[in-house]
Amino acid sequence: MGKFLTLENIEKRFPIPGKEDYVAVTDVNLEIKKDEIISIIGHSGCGKSTLLNMISGLDRETAGHIILKGKEVTGPGPERAVVFQNHSLLPWLTVYQNIEMAVKKVMPELDPAQLRERVEKFVTLVNLDAAKDKYPGEISGGMKQRVGIARALSIKPDVLLMDEPFGALDSLTRANLQEHLMRIQSNVKNTVIIITHDVDEAVLLSDRVIMMTNGPEATIGEVLEVNLPRPRDRVALQHDEEYIRCREAILTFLYEKFAKEDE
Amino acid sequence: MNNELAKKIILPILVFLAVLGVWSGIAKVVEDFPTPQTTYVAAFGGVNADGEEVKGVLADPFYVENEDDKGIFWQILASLQRVFGGFALAILVGVPMGILIGMSKNAQYAFDPFIQILKPVSPLAWLPLLLYIFQDINMTAISTIFVTSIWPIIINTALGVKSVSADYMNVARVLRFTPLEKVMNIILPVAVPYMFTGMRLSLGIAWLVIVAAEMLTGGIGIGFWIWDEYNNLNYPNIIIGIIIVGIVGYLLDLIMGKFSDFFDYTKKGRA
Repeated sequence: MGKFLTLENIEKRFPIPGKEDYVAVTDVNLEIKKDEIISIIGHSGCGKSTLLNMISGLDRETAGHIILKGKEVTGPGPERAVVFQNHSLLPWLTVYQNIEMAVKKVMPELDPAQLRERVEKFVTLVNLDAAKDKYPGEISGGMKQRVGIARALSIKPDVLLMDEPFGALDSLTRANLQEHLMRIQSNVKNTVIIITHDVDEAVLLSDRVIMMTNGPEATIGEVLEVNLPRPRDRVALQHDEEYIRCREAILTFLYEKFAKEDE
Repeated sequence: MNNELAKKIILPILVFLAVLGVWSGIAKVVEDFPTPQTTYVAAFGGVNADGEEVKGVLADPFYVENEDDKGIFWQILASLQRVFGGFALAILVGVPMGILIGMSKNAQYAFDPFIQILKPVSPLAWLPLLLYIFQDINMTAISTIFVTSIWPIIINTALGVKSVSADYMNVARVLRFTPLEKVMNIILPVAVPYMFTGMRLSLGIAWLVIVAAEMLTGGIGIGFWIWDEYNNLNYPNIIIGIIIVGIVGYLLDLIMGKFSDFFDYTKKGRA
């Protein structure tokens, strides 16, 4: 089997008029395996969102290549679905219609019955059957994010890209969504890339944690393998040696090796 | 609740009585100024202060004596037709213009200075020029209303298109929407409530402007009718005209408001 998703010498520069370019990200090399869940963690301003935007194609790399299943990424596309931090649901469509719009566009070959079946399946997957006819303005932030996940998964992406998906939520809701995500992942295997600044979230969810150095010229500092069996139980893990080792490794990286002074 | 309702009825009545009092006071001081009583008689008919039998303006709004002498209904209808004519033209031109300016930075750079300079010009300043061009009362009135209505429609439509958030556009990009799909699925739902805000503003101003425009153009229409009543020394009818213009304007705004609520997604699905 060939390589699934490869980042090769990725660099992102932002031109500043009259000055030298700002180099946000440089020299990023990464191999991501199929069905792997990886987290990218780092301080704010380390370019982790920029990196994700380049994988999604919403932003283009200045140098380097992103290759998914043998094809170079040149722009956004449904095979790289994005769960946005602010959910980005269309407020004039119901939960059902938001998912339907995506499925309809990406799978035009479905007949009405198949379309409805597929939309219903993903509404059910995120436990939103009761709220499917509500508008985004009528449901909680956590529910909105679940719709965002359902919408992203419903179009059968090769990679699910999540940009600080739970960052705007309170910690209890966030834990709840992490459970949802792990449950969904055990049902339908996906390759997932999560941008996060939450150490526990990174360890709990990921097979590998990518630690980014601080910008400018941010790059991958360390890669940590999380050797924890699934399903993972957040309470039981608190005393697990591997969990504690992973947490410590990340904390050491973030607060000793690459501590951010100002802020 | 009932208490609230009672207040909503009683308080305006108190204000109304106070207005009648002030009005009667002015009528005592200003010679020949119509009293509330004479105005009422002029509106609904009856016997006036001089003992003459008067046929009220509102008692027979549909009469047609000849081309120059028609009931109040026909006067209002003529004004409304001109307003809607100019307003419809303004929508036809203004909405596409607004979408263009909202979507294209270059279009914005190109047109914005002219919109900013023309917008504050009273539409009545255009009227002599338009009269000279068309040499026709109706066309002049309609084109004046067009010039009145178009600016708020362009500006609000462009604002609506520009207010489409980058997040929604990112969703569209990930789903690989075509430009047409972007307009239909993302831009219009966001922009339509803004367009209606612009239209509602336009219609309100158009109704203000038509009265003055008709005073200048003459012929038929509620504005000219009011001016004509002044020339005929029929002062009660001026007051009746003011009240009618007010009520029609209020109804127009009410109807536009209902329309815009219907198309406004933020007002959907809310209890």
